[in-house]
Order: sequence, then C-alpha cells, then structure tokens
Amino acid sequence: MLSLENVSTGYGRVRVVHDISLHVPEGSLFAVMGNNGAGKTTLLRAVLGLRPAKKGKILFQGEDITKAKTFQRVRRGLAYVPQGQQAFGQLSTRENLQLIADQYGSAGHKRVNEALDLFPALKDLLGRRAGLLSGGQRQQLAIARALISGPKMIVLDEPTEGIQPSVVHEIEQAIAALVSSGLSVLMVEQHVGFALGIASDYLVMASGRAVSEGQGGAAAAESVRAAMAL
Amino acid sequence: MDAAIAQLIAGVSLGSILLLAALGLSLTFGQMGVINNAHGEFMMAGAYTSYCVAQVIPDPTWALWISLPVGFLVGGLLGLVLEVALIQRMRLRPLDTLLATFGVALVLQQLAKDIFGPQPVYAQAPGWLSGPVEILGQSVPATRVFIFFLAIFAVAALYAVLRLTPLGRQIRAAMQNRDLAEASGISTRGVDHVTFFLGSGIAGLAGVAATLMDAISFNLGTGKIVDAFLVVVAGGVGQLKGAIIAAFGLGLLQAGIEYSTSTSLAKVLVFLAVVVFLQVRPQGLVALRTRSLA
Repeated sequence: MLSLENVSTGYGRVRVVHDISLHVPEGSLFAVMGNNGAGKTTLLRAVLGLRPAKKGKILFQGEDITKAKTFQRVRRGLAYVPQGQQAFGQLSTRENLQLIADQYGSAGHKRVNEALDLFPALKDLLGRRAGLLSGGQRQQLAIARALISGPKMIVLDEPTEGIQPSVVHEIEQAIAALVSSGLSVLMVEQHVGFALGIASDYLVMASGRAVSEGQGGAAAAESVRAAMAL
Repeated sequence: MDAAIAQLIAGVSLGSILLLAALGLSLTFGQMGVINNAHGEFMMAGAYTSYCVAQVIPDPTWALWISLPVGFLVGGLLGLVLEVALIQRMRLRPLDTLLATFGVALVLQQLAKDIFGPQPVYAQAPGWLSGPVEILGQSVPATRVFIFFLAIFAVAALYAVLRLTPLGRQIRAAMQNRDLAEASGISTRGVDHVTFFLGSGIAGLAGVAATLMDAISFNLGTGKIVDAFLVVVAGGVGQLKGAIIAAFGLGLLQAGIEYSTSTSLAKVLVFLAVVVFLQVRPQGLVALRTRSLA
C-alpha cells in the first residue's frame, strides 16, 4: 500500500529524518515508535507532503507520490489525523465534517453519518465550534474527518496523546475496528503496549534514524522499550 | 433631537462608506493576513471602470448597474494577477509583501495618470440618485442611501458565501490552518486565488460606489486605504462581524465629532481614539475564544 525508500527530510538545511525505509502492507497497521524528538512526526509530514522529501522515494499504491502536493495525496486516498487533536477551531463540528464531505458529493455526506455512528458523542456537538470541544472530542472529530474522505490509508500521529484514559480506550477500539475492517494505518505512537497490540509491523526511531524494526505483538515490547531507551 | 438624528444618519452613512472600503480588506488582510497596499488602487480601478462604462453607455442608470459587476470583475482580476504574480511568492514574508504592494500601488497610480490624465474625471450619477431623500425628517442625499444599501448587500453576499457555501468553508479552513486544510484535500493555493479575487473584487465595487460621491482621480485609493485598515484592525483582524461594528462605530464617532469641530480634527480625534482603544484591547472589538490554538 505504502512504501518509503530511504526517505530523508528536515527543516531548511537541518535534516531531521535520515534514510527511513518501511513498507505498510494493505489492511495492516504499521507503528512508528520513538521518544520525543526522534523525528516521527516529521516523517509522517513527509509522507503527507507537508515536508518535502529531500531524498528517497514515497510510493503509494505503486505510484510515486514523492513530488505530489498534499491535497493530491489526500485525494488519492491518504488521510491524516495530525498530532494535538487538531480541528478547524472557528468552524462548527458539522462544518469540520462537511468541509471534507463537500469534496465527495453524496458519498461524502453518507460517510458523515457513518463516522457519527462510530463516534456518537459528536452527534450532540454538531453545532458547537470545534475550538470549544475537549481534547478527546476533538480527537474523535479528527478521526471522523479522516474517515469521511473514504481513505485507503490513514496516517495517525499519536492518537492517544494527552487524552483522558476513558476516552483513550474508545479511540483504541475505534482504531482496532478500522484495521479489522481492512483499512491500512500508519501510526506514530509512544504507548508501546497499545501500539504493539494492534500493529502488524513496527519501526523504532531515534535521532531521525531507524534503530529497530520487526513484527508487532506483545512479545516485541521488551526489545522496543530497549531500543527506545538507547 | 433633530441634531442627534442628523448625526446618526450622517454616522451611518459614513459607516457604510467605510464598511464598503474595508470589506474586501477584511478578506485579504483579515483572513489571509496579506497587507495589500494596492487595495486602494483596486478601488481606483473600479472607479475608472465606472467612468469607462459611462463613456460607452450614455444612460447613467444602465451605466451604474453595469459598472457594479464590471468594477467587481476588474478589481478582482487585478487582485488575482497581483496574487499569482507576486503575493503568493512572498508567503510568510509580510514586510516584503507590504513593500512590493506599495510599489504596485504607485505603478497603478502612474498608469491611471498616463491613461486618464492628472485631472479628475466624473461619472454622471443617474437622475434618481441626484436628489435628496427624506429620512426621519432629515434630508439625506440619495447617493448615500444607495451606498448604504450597497454595503448591506455586499456584507450579506460575502457572509452567505463564507458561511453557507462549500467555497466559504474552504476559505475559512485554509485561513485558519493551511497544513490541516491541505491534509483535508483542499488546494490552499487555489483557495488563496479565489479569496484574493473576491476581496479585490469588493474593492472594485467600492470604487464604483465612490464615484457617486467623489470625483475619480488617480489618488482616489490613497485616502481610503488608511480608513479601511483602521476599520479592519479596530474590528478585530479576521472578524467580519468586528469590521461591521467598527465601520459603523467609527462612522458615528467621526460624524459626532465633526458636528462640534471640523472634518480634519474629527479624523485626528478618531485616529487617537482608535490608538487608545487598541492599547486597551489589542485584539480589536471581536476576538475569538477557543480552548486551543487550532
């Protein structure tokens, strides 16, 4: 579904991510782990085209998208749930959802209802400005927005960061449900137990480089924690 | 009592002129954050469009009705060319944009001087706008009433576009968070073009309206641009509601001060009032409350 071949990226002349290669097979979840400042978010931004890849190649469904603009990648089937529960704060919850649905006609508006079924708490908040939602509600909105584009793959950046434990569980369940429904997911996550529980494959980053990789599952937890402690 | 009503009417009339001048700017400066010093010259272009249309169409009523959309188009197209050729290449460099658009303003003024000459020209107002209208016992020039309704129409149309259409949602989204908008499948560059076209088009429309009150000259925009910025900043950058309140508030304030002093002194005092107001409330009249920065 998605392949990165020796991708390097950064900000200006500063290179933050060095020679990362990974492959996300169709219908699976790939977890990228690492401590703060390891370059995980920057890597995801390169996948989305929000940072240009200075080196290497990004292939999505066999096509080279390295030079494609972000909105073109999204229209090809990549959806992004950024870090920090981002939403358009001045738009209402409904407008946040409509904004995506508008681009997909009646199919988009049908998917709004499906997304609201997945996160029923949002149904009562449709008229409220997204800037006034709690962190957990905004994260649910962010995932709902991603689903409305009918994506083939979702890129999730720390979906459980800074969210109260009861809501974390709901979000975990939603992600697990998405993967079991056949959606591919590339996820950055620091919560090792959660990530390995649903990931088919993982990669650990430190100082912008890959330091460990392997298959998911609880058994990998020790080696991941060891790699993160490096 | 009569004097108070007269001041109220004068203030509302002045406010609607300010609003029309500032409305386009509230989009390009307020929403996009572009300090476009050539905004006044787009008004000038709208005004000269009115003059040109009047040369082709002798009936002043038809000329006015045709000038309004054509003035909008001329202003909008000039804005689009400026955005594509210059401003989009200077994103995140506001000082460069400020200087470059100042240069463009000078070029456009000189161009107008070369084409139409340094002397002012006039577009004849239709007969039905020449007399006064009786409002609350006061006699008000019909042109001012027309401009009031034009301003209300422009605000309503812009509000409807921003609030009720997919395009409006895209404009508001792209102006709030570009990365998130791109990641939502929106071409933010495309949205920039449309937003700048709309904002500059409204400037063109305001220019057509200005011909009903003033002579058309190459420096028509210079006098209006400062007022327009004043309204947008005092209203709260990015807030359409704030611009509306600020335009009428400043209009009423100026009319009130003018009554007991003079026009120039009123202008100075309004400026001072805005400076003091912004010291106390730097975010302007209307500021948005959110739980996060997003």
